[in-house]
Amino acid sequence: MKLKNIVLAAGLFATTIGLGAAQAADISGAGATFPYPVYAKWADSYKKETGIGMNYQSIGSGGGIKQIKAKTVTFGASDAPLKPEELAKAGLVQFPTVIGGVVPIINVPGLKPGELVLDGQTLADIFQGKIAKWNDEAIKKLNPSLTLPDTAIAVVRRSDGSGTSFVFTTYLSQVSKSWADEIGAASAVEWPVGLGAKGNEGVAANVGQTQGSIGYVEYAFAAQNGMSYAKLVNKDGQTVAPDAANFAAAAANVDWANAPGYYVLLTNEPGATSWPITAATFILVYAKPDNAADVAEALKFFNWAYDKGDKMAEELHYIPLPDAVVANIKATWAKEILGADGKPVFAAN
Amino acid sequence: MDDAKLKRMRRFRAGDATFRGLTFGAATLVLLLLGGVIISLIHGSIPALSTYGLGFLTSQSWNPVTEKFGALAPIYGTVVTSIIALLVAVPVGIGIAIFLTELCPPWLKRPIGVAIELLAGIPSIIYGIWGLFVFAPFFQTNIQPFLISVFEPIPVLNSLFAGPPYGIGVLTAGFILAIMVLPFITSITRDVFDTVPPVLKEATYGLGCTTSEVVTKVVLPYTRVGVIGGIMLGLGRALGETMAVTFVIGNAHKISASIMAPGTTISASIANEFTEAVGDLYTSSLIALGLILFVITFIVLAAARLLLLRMNVKAGN
Repeated sequence: MKLKNIVLAAGLFATTIGLGAAQAADISGAGATFPYPVYAKWADSYKKETGIGMNYQSIGSGGGIKQIKAKTVTFGASDAPLKPEELAKAGLVQFPTVIGGVVPIINVPGLKPGELVLDGQTLADIFQGKIAKWNDEAIKKLNPSLTLPDTAIAVVRRSDGSGTSFVFTTYLSQVSKSWADEIGAASAVEWPVGLGAKGNEGVAANVGQTQGSIGYVEYAFAAQNGMSYAKLVNKDGQTVAPDAANFAAAAANVDWANAPGYYVLLTNEPGATSWPITAATFILVYAKPDNAADVAEALKFFNWAYDKGDKMAEELHYIPLPDAVVANIKATWAKEILGADGKPVFAAN
Repeated sequence: MDDAKLKRMRRFRAGDATFRGLTFGAATLVLLLLGGVIISLIHGSIPALSTYGLGFLTSQSWNPVTEKFGALAPIYGTVVTSIIALLVAVPVGIGIAIFLTELCPPWLKRPIGVAIELLAGIPSIIYGIWGLFVFAPFFQTNIQPFLISVFEPIPVLNSLFAGPPYGIGVLTAGFILAIMVLPFITSITRDVFDTVPPVLKEATYGLGCTTSEVVTKVVLPYTRVGVIGGIMLGLGRALGETMAVTFVIGNAHKISASIMAPGTTISASIANEFTEAVGDLYTSSLIALGLILFVITFIVLAAARLLLLRMNVKAGN
């Protein structure tokens, strides 16, 4: 008995025990925390309809990329898309699932949600520690009608590596040269100031209980908790509020069809109503999977989600992908995700 | 000796040998496991240590974008939070133990004893949540502004207690750790205090000594090995504690003059960043942090042994 056989036998044994009565194996995936609520909701409805469950571990985007590369899951999930050359090197195919927004949340006594207006440069300067007081001239200039307190700004950001941080720092790098030069964009960066809190809930809790603080969370999270947020000035110079219509506006102008590997960043998009910190979240699967049946099951699930999951996504404040993009993704599956026989592992409708 | 007796004797001897073998195996297993852990830690941290060399220990930068990593901030945070925890927990813990063994009315002994054991049984994540949602806001609104204003006119101390009142930071983490290690120190100290022979104490009282004299002149010297053992166990837990600290320390890779500013510890850094550590050098740097924590723990234990040895020499043993 070789070691491999023993491991295989143990694995089979565990699978039999674990699944018991289920007819088919659950779909396994891991990665980004940002889409977890909508994936969980989809999986729940899907199981009711088909009897096939999904086991998704929301361990963070970097974790998702690691797990798919280690082939411990059928699909990986990441908020930070892989570059086309990285995809090619690892033999992976990438496609987006839903769109969401990142929102600056604030706790300043006397300011109601949406009253405060910030632009990209000011936001970057705050998170870089260059603007340290709420009554700084730069903030005053954007908010001439508000009375701003003479208190220190307490910056709150993520301590764990996170797709949310990737999106946020990507935006700051686009709008601030000093941010791009000194800090850069990644799921974890060397933050010059502030307090690191774990997860979206950690950031929200700390902003909620610290007067004079500013942080950033996924919009779904800010909306559910009724957090006070700031409006932003977008690329066209318009002041916009974070809401579903404005996230959709940012996604509308994007030319997905001509982006290899769907490598598109939705931050700082043009358009009068575009929310500037918008992002899509992505799924990663192997182009030539070892186990084609598993990947077929996963694609079947996402196919179902594209067809029937839009309403569920909207209820959770996510934006479904435009229909043309979905059609394009399904064509990509047929073209790029192939079994050992050279045929597509899953034929979408 | 007849045959039956001889047979029985042989069987006993064989049984003894098996027993000996089993226990020896159990004991060597520990060494093997420890060796395995050390080897895998060293192996995993080779990329980081060969890239940064000794600079890894002295650099404060922690930049995943440019892949420049240094361990100084987490080392500092680990050591400082543990020191704060011991400064608070040792006097309180020993105080409770003295009260329980020497002064406590019998009816109060059990409730306090049970409370301390319950404190030890609370999972660390609960301490973390409690620290974040209850203790930190309380600290932020009531204690922190008070500390800042009290120490403001005093030269060195004003920079130690400064900064915007986040509520979260090195000091808060130290306090939470103090609460977490308190039951370890207390219950071990109480148990060793109970081993002091009553005749010794009675004799001292007979000489006309007060309770405080009995404690400082008889109980503490008699039990110092056990007391130090309890403190070391507490220190070990404080050095390695992860979840509770992650919640309340602020997770900033930075050494600030103020102990109220956000900081980080080795275990908090690893817990926070491991899943998202893309890139081999990043992962390797985190494993190297783990190796450093291992070494720190080893040094602390060795220092404790040395301390005990010197105390024994001084005591004339």
